[in-house]
Amino acid sequence: MSEPTVRMDVRQAGGSVAVVDIKGDVTAACEPVLMSAYEEASSGGAARVLLNFTGLEYMNSGGIGMLVTLLVRAGRQHQQLAACGLSEHYREIFELTRLDEAITIYIDEASALADAAR
Amino acid sequence: MSDQAVPESVAGAEQIGLSAREAKSTVQPRDAGNWAAKVERLAVEQRDGVRGTNVAGRRLTGPVQGFGKMWEKSYSLNAGQATTPQDAIATWKAHFPEFWPKGNRFAGALAGISPGDVALLDLAMGGGVKLSTGVFVLYADQESFTLMTPQGHMFAGWITFSAESVDEATVIRAHVLMRANDPLYELGMTFGGHAKEDRFWAQTLTALGTRLGVPDPQVDTRSTCVDSHRQWRHASNIWHNAMLRSMLQTLATPFTALRRRSRPAR
Repeated sequence: MSEPTVRMDVRQAGGSVAVVDIKGDVTAACEPVLMSAYEEASSGGAARVLLNFTGLEYMNSGGIGMLVTLLVRAGRQHQQLAACGLSEHYREIFELTRLDEAITIYIDEASALADAAR
Repeated sequence: MSDQAVPESVAGAEQIGLSAREAKSTVQPRDAGNWAAKVERLAVEQRDGVRGTNVAGRRLTGPVQGFGKMWEKSYSLNAGQATTPQDAIATWKAHFPEFWPKGNRFAGALAGISPGDVALLDLAMGGGVKLSTGVFVLYADQESFTLMTPQGHMFAGWITFSAESVDEATVIRAHVLMRANDPLYELGMTFGGHAKEDRFWAQTLTALGTRLGVPDPQVDTRSTCVDSHRQWRHASNIWHNAMLRSMLQTLATPFTALRRRSRPAR
């Protein structure tokens, strides 16, 4: 499998939300990076993991498949998965693949955090 | 190196009055041409050699919308140095139906496999029963393409066909991420359906390998149950079950033909 060209940084955003900042290409090759970021995000007991796609540069169908696998893992731990910072192009891909029915999409991080604080 | 003159500096988005969000939205991502445009429901054209039912008006279904356990399956073939990943995928896209096991029909667009195409399928289910359904081309680039299933198909999910270089060899792969679409299909998958699907893709990859000049192609099959839970909230997917509908359509064929014949000519 080709080398991943993605960077995922995890930070706690207050309350019970952990944010994963995704920068670069999301393909099946970055599964170990995503799963490691997810584990780090979950280690603090986050009830919601927010995937911040503001730095997303490229995504193929392998990347979408990987998000489905992540969704199953989050479901097992009774965590909610959310996404923010998607461009119109990637938002349409979430809608086309109907991932938006399981991953709540917010326009930006502030909206996601405001909703979590309610 | 290009002969074109390069300006010493380029005005940034802020200097030309664009917000960061606007600037981002005007730049097309590298994958923009690889994805199908968004569709709510599938529209199809009639194609020769297939019944072409159970597709028009259906919505696409991913693993999130399926009923059964979620499976990740991988069928791979080491083609050695017989081909490159790009050539393998180009051949697969151009001749996709030719590699399917006998008795099954795939009627795609004449141009091959392109994002947004809808292909009509007649699948041999045994006992002379044909299941009529379809697939949607979700994604296609030079090294992979992905098909997504509509409501009524046996499974909800997608299949990605890809090729890549691994240690100077070309590895060709079919990767399935799926849930059976409804309780009836789940029963069928549990009692022989998975084995049948494994044979189907192993035969397909073997046929592709033979076409590409791979001596004695061997397919490696791996299956993992990613989620053992069934999504009972999607049990009502059975309403669209293409197997049941295909059987009814087969039974109704003589009556439909009779009705057509008795209609006055316009």
